Amino acid sequence: MSPIISVSNLSKTYGSGFKALKGINLDIVKGEIFALLGPNGAGKTTLISIICGIANPSEGRISIGGHDIIADYRAARSMIGLVPQELHTDAFESVWATVSFSRGLFGKPKNPDHIEKVLKDLSLWDKKDSKIIELSGGMKRRVMIAKALSHEPQILFLDEPTAGVDVELRKGMWEVVRTLQAAGVTIILTTHYIEEAEEMADRIGVINKGEIILIEDKATLMQKLGKKQLTLQLQSKLDAVPQALATYNLELSDDGHAVTYDYDTKGDRTGITSLLNDLRNAGVRISDLDTKQSSLEDIFVSLVRAP
Amino acid sequence: MNYRAIRAIYLFEMARTWRTLLQSIVSPVVSTSLYFVVFGAAIGSRITEVEGVSYGTFIVPGLVMLSVLTQSISNASFGIYFPKFVGTIYEILSAPISYFEIVIGYVGAAATKSIVLGLIILATAGLFVPLHIQHPVWMLTFLVLTAVTFSLFGFIIGIWADGFEKLQMIPMLVVTPLTFLGGSFYSVNMLPSGWRTITLLNPVVYLISGFRWSFYEIADVSVGLSLGMTAGFLIACMVIVAWIFRTGYRLKN
Repeated sequence: MSPIISVSNLSKTYGSGFKALKGINLDIVKGEIFALLGPNGAGKTTLISIICGIANPSEGRISIGGHDIIADYRAARSMIGLVPQELHTDAFESVWATVSFSRGLFGKPKNPDHIEKVLKDLSLWDKKDSKIIELSGGMKRRVMIAKALSHEPQILFLDEPTAGVDVELRKGMWEVVRTLQAAGVTIILTTHYIEEAEEMADRIGVINKGEIILIEDKATLMQKLGKKQLTLQLQSKLDAVPQALATYNLELSDDGHAVTYDYDTKGDRTGITSLLNDLRNAGVRISDLDTKQSSLEDIFVSLVRAP
Repeated sequence: MNYRAIRAIYLFEMARTWRTLLQSIVSPVVSTSLYFVVFGAAIGSRITEVEGVSYGTFIVPGLVMLSVLTQSISNASFGIYFPKFVGTIYEILSAPISYFEIVIGYVGAAATKSIVLGLIILATAGLFVPLHIQHPVWMLTFLVLTAVTFSLFGFIIGIWADGFEKLQMIPMLVVTPLTFLGGSFYSVNMLPSGWRTITLLNPVVYLISGFRWSFYEIADVSVGLSLGMTAGFLIACMVIVAWIFRTGYRLKN
């Protein structure tokens, strides 16, 4: 299947000479939720801004549903709804007016039923006549999502959708995103909350210093880079790891009451059985054990920290 | 053409006028009325007729132009500056809308407002002095041309400005002096010949002169020249706006 968004060899150099993006290649599959992770200043927002027409690319091409974003910008942009990171709203407009305005701006005929549905889905219906300035931050965020959905886009960009949103509301927003995906909308989100990517995304891309350093199915990524750690609580204190166990690279805790063993679930042999055998042979008795899988956060941190 | 988008921007901008009715309409009408009271009634009664019309009547076209010029600029510059300032410009830039359509929406709304305002001031003037308009069609033509031209000029200022100070600077320091020195309150022919020549470098002279001609058939310069200068300024603004959008100046990185 041809991708709904295709970014090829995209670079962006600002007037100051700062290279925000360096040769980005990225294909987004129709109907997926794609999470773009990266530290501050990695180029996430610049990438989204260029795709959506807010900033100009320096080099490279982007097509949306087969339409070039520059030569055929009307067709390309009609397909996209954008929720930017900052809460940019018209303070004195009513919720209803601002959402209807967005629909008109995207050239769609009036459809009060659709606007009503969007506002209800986002729990904004009872605020439809309120001025935006009277709303809380979380509500303003939802107004911006409503604006982006007002023209029934096939692609939705969510730039840090849940920044500054409380836990309950965040869960509600995830629900909305899932409903949209079920309705066939392709969703690209950037986030700082790695749990969000872990929870929501089908695929994950990591961007750092203007380069995409990884694109992978979430499940594959978790498995591929998923190191596991076995921690064994010992019945009696050890002063040092016995010489016979040196090959396992065990790490002894400071108090001498626990050892940890790193292994890889991907490997054919984890070495757990032989480790347990060798421990018994060495006379080390175990009182408890637990295993821990590294989270996406650990993976992310290790990727971004890598030189 | 994305007519719905033009309509959306136009109506959005017009809605802003109704929200700020005092600032948009009432305040210019009040200040213009004050001019009539002071210049027309109080001082005007001591001044002899200018080229066959009473002084109070003579200043009407100039006063209307003064308001249309300043209001066109402030409406249009604020209209585009504010979305830049609060960040809502993102939506305009990401919408499937051409630059031409954006300009029609913003400039159209700003020009509409100042034309309506000009007509209201004209009606207000009618309460103070007798009015007779010899060439109503030309009067409207000059009014519309000026409103559109200076709304475009305001749009350019709004894009150029990166702070409220710059937004106010051109209207306060350039446009207001040019308007006052452009023959709003006097005929250029009343000046000594040296000053007259200098005054003819002021583009506003041509606007006011042409506009006054449509009322009383008296003009400082020929009507054709007035029309030509206005059209020239309109074209210059269009060229600058086209350049702004082609390069994305102050709008897009």
